[in-house]
Amino acid sequence: MRQIKYREAIDEATRQAMAKDERIIVLGVGVDDAKGIFGTTRGAFEQFGSARVFDTPLSEAALTGMCVGAGLRGLHPLLVHARNDFLLLTMDQIVNNAAKWRYMCGGKLRVPLTIRAIVGRGWGQAAQHSQSLQALFAHVPGLAVIMPATPADAKGLLMTALSMDSPVICLEHRWLYEKSGPVPEDPYYIPLGQAGVVREGSDVTIVAVSHMVLEAVQAAEALAADGIQAEILDVRSLRPLDSDSIARSVAKTGRLVIADTGWKSFGVSAEIAARIGEALFGRLKAPIRRVALPDVPTPASSALEQVYYPGPREIAAAARRCLEVALPEESAERPAPARPRDFHGPF
Amino acid sequence: MSRPQRAAARGGADEVLRGLSPALLTDLYVSMRRIRRAEEMIVQLYPEQEIRCPTHLSIGQEAVAAGVCRALRPTDTAVSTHRCHAHYLAKGGDLRAMFAELYGKATGCCGGKGGSMHLTAPEVGMLGASAIVAGSIPLALGCALAASLTGSDEVSVAFFGDAAAEQGVTHESLGVAALRKLPVLFVCENNLYATNSPLKVRQVTPDIAPRAAADLMPGVIVDGTDAVAVYRAARTAVARAREGGGPTLIEAKTYRWREHVGPNFDIDLGYRTQAELDRWMAKDPVTRLARRLLRAGVLPAARRQALEAAVEAEVADAVAFARSSPFPEPESLYADVD
Ligand SMILES: Cc1ncc(C[n+]2csc(CCOP(=O)(O)OP(=O)(O)O)c2C)c(N)n1
Repeated sequence: MRQIKYREAIDEATRQAMAKDERIIVLGVGVDDAKGIFGTTRGAFEQFGSARVFDTPLSEAALTGMCVGAGLRGLHPLLVHARNDFLLLTMDQIVNNAAKWRYMCGGKLRVPLTIRAIVGRGWGQAAQHSQSLQALFAHVPGLAVIMPATPADAKGLLMTALSMDSPVICLEHRWLYEKSGPVPEDPYYIPLGQAGVVREGSDVTIVAVSHMVLEAVQAAEALAADGIQAEILDVRSLRPLDSDSIARSVAKTGRLVIADTGWKSFGVSAEIAARIGEALFGRLKAPIRRVALPDVPTPASSALEQVYYPGPREIAAAARRCLEVALPEESAERPAPARPRDFHGPF
Repeated sequence: MSRPQRAAARGGADEVLRGLSPALLTDLYVSMRRIRRAEEMIVQLYPEQEIRCPTHLSIGQEAVAAGVCRALRPTDTAVSTHRCHAHYLAKGGDLRAMFAELYGKATGCCGGKGGSMHLTAPEVGMLGASAIVAGSIPLALGCALAASLTGSDEVSVAFFGDAAAEQGVTHESLGVAALRKLPVLFVCENNLYATNSPLKVRQVTPDIAPRAAADLMPGVIVDGTDAVAVYRAARTAVARAREGGGPTLIEAKTYRWREHVGPNFDIDLGYRTQAELDRWMAKDPVTRLARRLLRAGVLPAARRQALEAAVEAEVADAVAFARSSPFPEPESLYADVD
């Protein structure tokens, strides 16, 4: 099958959805400029023009409310943000309006609205430009939250979001943008609330979110070299969450590692652990292990970024702990912070 | 005859400089020159990829930071934005600690935690910067509130860009500051662009300053490439604030020469023209002040060159310091958060 990049898959999904449904408009800071949100919106601008794809002032709160209103009157806005950190300015409109309007009016009105926002990482973007805030949104009834990890899921899930008539937050990890994968050319729709099985295995289940799926695959390869077969589930959609698939897998393996791009406390990993604890108490062969960000803001220094972000090593170690297998010797030496090979500034 | 008098006799009298001491004018020049050379050094070093953080340069906009901060005392406070190098330096922030911060080193002004977008130097009143557009503006209100409640005559400054005028919190801040007559300077650097979006696709008027009228405070437009004009506007606003007259909104018309973030020029992106850039570069705030001070006899060439050499040495020393400083220890990741 044809291989395209994650960002190209988003661009394609947007254009195909817009071609099918003229109610869809795209707006946000910089959507029409030459860089077009890292190549994801410029194509739609060129194809559909400035009536349906337009740049906006830095008035994120007002724009979000405007999108809610436009949704009430029959449009389906796709509001795009270069970082999910900027969504914090729009929380009132998202949480108090977008998520509630349908319910508050007894189902008389609906809010078709898709909000895309990027999770940054690395190159010293620091505390306000590299948060991974999915838990804040997934907490709120009335919102759907998706985090596609592959180009195929990015297209299929975004197509679905744009065909729905309720609010969906799509969070995209910046490090996925240049990754390629097979993507069907025709439009297709992946239902929300279905986890994907990335790899089958019988010893331990690794449930991963967004970019952590890629890290989990690397961890699984290292584990396989030691004869440990990990099963990897990509949750893809946090709300609704496919608890059944996760529970089925854990019922089989008896062990669960959860890898999230967000903070550990009160986050996605805590929710998944709680659900599995509730469903499978007594059938777990080991305590559930979580691999997530430590409870501190993101530091700028490359030396600290290196310590901050867990990766394949931490996921594999967590799996080994579940299996009570000795951890490989770690060298005490701390490597100098490396220049990132495929991601560096300016951007 | 003194040198300025001789210059005046030669027909070189410069009304704009009238009443300003040579020391003050020289300070303005040195402050801008330090910002310019520090940032040109970043331009030179950035491709080495040892400065690993997004850097938003103020080259072309130095006169605003220099002019405003020269009107402040070290005890006055300032908050800034993602584009904060100039404000940090003009407020008196340490150059070594700035470069070390850019290099992510333990000796940086934020211990390597903040990077380029969050430069902080409380010892000289630089209370930090938010990289969320307009995010730091209300903090200036709080600084002013604290000053007025403790009976101090400190003033506070919020530096922000033109796009901040599009955020609700900016208008809320103007309203609250006006209502409580807080000693605040709202300083908007209108450089005509937000990232690659020109002002005219974001706001209906080309000017930010008239927004002040709605809250019954002075709204002043000043040539942001003229450090002396900026200084004068700031001095007036500071005096008013200290005397309990309340806030002022100063809009400085200025221009960012280089790309929004990073060291390069970006004419190839097509959102602005080379001709426009050339027009603004012809108004280079740094060389223009040098020429003006030379003509007026305030800063002769030899003296200027000596000061410039000192700036060069300072920048070179700061870079050497940053490079040779250690990275933060891993444990420091967990410090400063409970
Ligand atoms: C709330 C918010 N939205 C978007 C951004 C992304 N962003 C960073 S700087 C910038 C442009 C800001 O323009 P302006 O305020 O005029 O300042 P300048 O960069 O020109 O100094 C944008 C859109 C952000 N940091 N914060």
